Amino acid sequence: MNAMLPAQLTPESFRRYPPQARSICVEHLEMLHQLPMILVPLLLREAITYDWRFPAERRELDRQLAYLGGLSKPQLDALLRGFSQLTLSAELAKSEWINTPSVFIEQLTTHLWATHQMDIFRAAAEDYAAAWQAANAQEPAGRQRLGIVVVGQGVAATDYPLFRKLRPKGVFFTNVSAPDGLQALLAKVVARASAQAQPYGHWYIDGGSAEAVGPAVTAVSYSGLESARKALLNRMQGVIESGSGGPEALRTLLAQMKPQDVGLAADGDAAVLGHFQLSLLTEGSGTQIFSTTFAQWAAREALRRAQPATVLVRFAPRQRQQPMNELLSGKHVSNELDPEGSLVDADMAAYYTWLNQQRLSGADQAAFLGWFENHNQAIAIGPSLPHGTVSSEPATLEQILTWIS
Amino acid sequence: MEGMQLRDLKTASSEEVSAAVARSRREFLWAAAGVTAGSLFSFAPRVLRAAALRPEPKAVVVTFGGGARDEETFAPEGQENIPNLVQTLFPQSTFFAQVINKGILGHYVATASLATGVYETFNNFAAVSPHNPTVFEYFRKDLHRRANDAWVVAPSNGFNRIGESDHRSYGEGFGAGVILPKHLLASSMSGGTTGYDHLLRDSYEAPFYTPELAGNEVEMQKLKELLKLSVEDFSAHARSLASPDELSVYIARRLMREVAPSLLWITLHDIDIAHSGAYSMYIEGIRRSDRLCVEIWTAIQSEPEYAGRTTMFILPDFGRDSDTDPGGNGFQHHRTGDPLSRTTWMMALGPGIRKGVVVDRPVESIDLVPTLGSLLGFHPRFAQGKALPEIA
Repeated sequence: MNAMLPAQLTPESFRRYPPQARSICVEHLEMLHQLPMILVPLLLREAITYDWRFPAERRELDRQLAYLGGLSKPQLDALLRGFSQLTLSAELAKSEWINTPSVFIEQLTTHLWATHQMDIFRAAAEDYAAAWQAANAQEPAGRQRLGIVVVGQGVAATDYPLFRKLRPKGVFFTNVSAPDGLQALLAKVVARASAQAQPYGHWYIDGGSAEAVGPAVTAVSYSGLESARKALLNRMQGVIESGSGGPEALRTLLAQMKPQDVGLAADGDAAVLGHFQLSLLTEGSGTQIFSTTFAQWAAREALRRAQPATVLVRFAPRQRQQPMNELLSGKHVSNELDPEGSLVDADMAAYYTWLNQQRLSGADQAAFLGWFENHNQAIAIGPSLPHGTVSSEPATLEQILTWIS
Repeated sequence: MEGMQLRDLKTASSEEVSAAVARSRREFLWAAAGVTAGSLFSFAPRVLRAAALRPEPKAVVVTFGGGARDEETFAPEGQENIPNLVQTLFPQSTFFAQVINKGILGHYVATASLATGVYETFNNFAAVSPHNPTVFEYFRKDLHRRANDAWVVAPSNGFNRIGESDHRSYGEGFGAGVILPKHLLASSMSGGTTGYDHLLRDSYEAPFYTPELAGNEVEMQKLKELLKLSVEDFSAHARSLASPDELSVYIARRLMREVAPSLLWITLHDIDIAHSGAYSMYIEGIRRSDRLCVEIWTAIQSEPEYAGRTTMFILPDFGRDSDTDPGGNGFQHHRTGDPLSRTTWMMALGPGIRKGVVVDRPVESIDLVPTLGSLLGFHPRFAQGKALPEIA
């Protein structure tokens, strides 16, 4: 097989793409012809799943392609010089980068590390990202973003110092009264979703079983994906037991899986969420076996991709540590839980959720609340709240939600 | 592929970030251990230190496969996780605060690079030998040492070939013996592994991968002869341990007692559970590694074959991704290649090593082998690093 170059792409090259993905690639074909070889699969990885992308992602890809298409050839050459300096092996250049860009990029990563080109790639990507961001202001947040993280389910008492990384950013409340705290927080999410309905604009992620929230809120839970997780683990185990699968085979399997392979929705409006849920399990390390990892990664990906106005993440106790191969095989798995360790996991995850929210537009106006479930500690961050403050005054969650707005 | 995100990549100067990390470590250590600024670079002339060394020095190298970040170790908020490193070992050590790894950030290939002094470029998950001669081959060939004078104790996920390269001038017959305690334990459990599962944890980076074993890996029967350790005693002791790294240190101590190799390399790996995304388990791994390091140092001081003649080096193979790099997911991985994931530290302790000294100039992880060469008296002719003058 000869190496295929971007300049050789034709509309026929995208015949195996879903309809909308094929359409945008054909629309921007002339621009793709002019790009360095390495950049094209990176764009195609985003484009090939266009039909199942969230609205915010589609808008961002549309703008990015339009931005590149609006540059002259000399401007493109100057902007993308770093990518042009990278070299590929002959084998990699001949690989199937059009129809399986994710697999190609896995192999490209290995190649860049092995040939000491990763730093060049990082620099090229940073230059490109800086230019793109300078040319395209982020989509403004429609309203103030709100992030809520609930930690500590199942912990009766602890002396673990919660929210240490977040305390300098806001007010640490130590006398919170919240007899129906979770319901109050869920009601807040539902109210925001009702007041400003938008597809995938309001999320509820639960590391255990999800409470009912209605159709205006996108809900994802660890328990809700149990059958998909088991189906995925069975497939992974099959690769291992075949004796022919190393890490590359496993990664290829994961990259090529479809939602219907593990019983997730693949058609109609539900396909967008089905593909997202599958990606949580196939792209997130540890998400298949630890509920705390699942909830953290799901929140990260929801924020990064859907850029929602509201996210509520509730952590639940994960299972105790066991040998990884046994956890993945599903054999001899104990149901013993580790609430204390899960609290520590969730505490760090709360900080990561805040960091990921801060990467979105309107960060300086965003609100964030972390609550130790069924306890009296909470951290609140908002534009009108002081930083690095501790309050021992009595407060309810409803009051704190008002103060951070 | 998180490292390949095209958006949100922040611009940062690698040199500035690495230097800031070094300053942070240095300032923390001064505060924690009472070291003064006057000790910085105030090393004694080489001739005086050389005179202090006894004949036939030994070296023990301890690496952490699964790097630990500053936030959880040498930064002020991390000190609670490493009390032994800070309070017990640091005051006795020369501490390099800025050790840069410019190679591939995968544990086997990075550890192999530490052992060869060359940034190896093979597939991290392949069952291959390093392509450049290892420190064990230089040591044994140059100094005409017997096979039992160089040993490696390592996790079982792919490290079985680390003791010997495929270099045509060295290679077969000149390498170190390799003990993979987890593999030994699994192979000795013919009746099942119940009660030992906690010691048989796998690589969390590539959980299903178990490469074909080969090379200088030691099997149970040989171990029995070598360490005077029956399968029953080994199994019984293993049951009392909490983690794979504790099993590795148990074997290393037995090796020191029964064989007393002059060059012993121990790779700890519990920290790498961070790949599972469970922060609490990552912290547990750091605390365990901290405790095991002082346990190894205590063993060196108490073993007549080692006391007073052994230099110990402790270093992570590399760091982990920073919280602020949007291409990664914080502590969980080391995929971005950002400055924090490439910047780590090294401690050196032993006779002739200046105590409580912080060196914050940048050095490279591949400088270890040339430094060992200067200390032990061999010539690592293919290594690309440089001997560290503060030590060797």
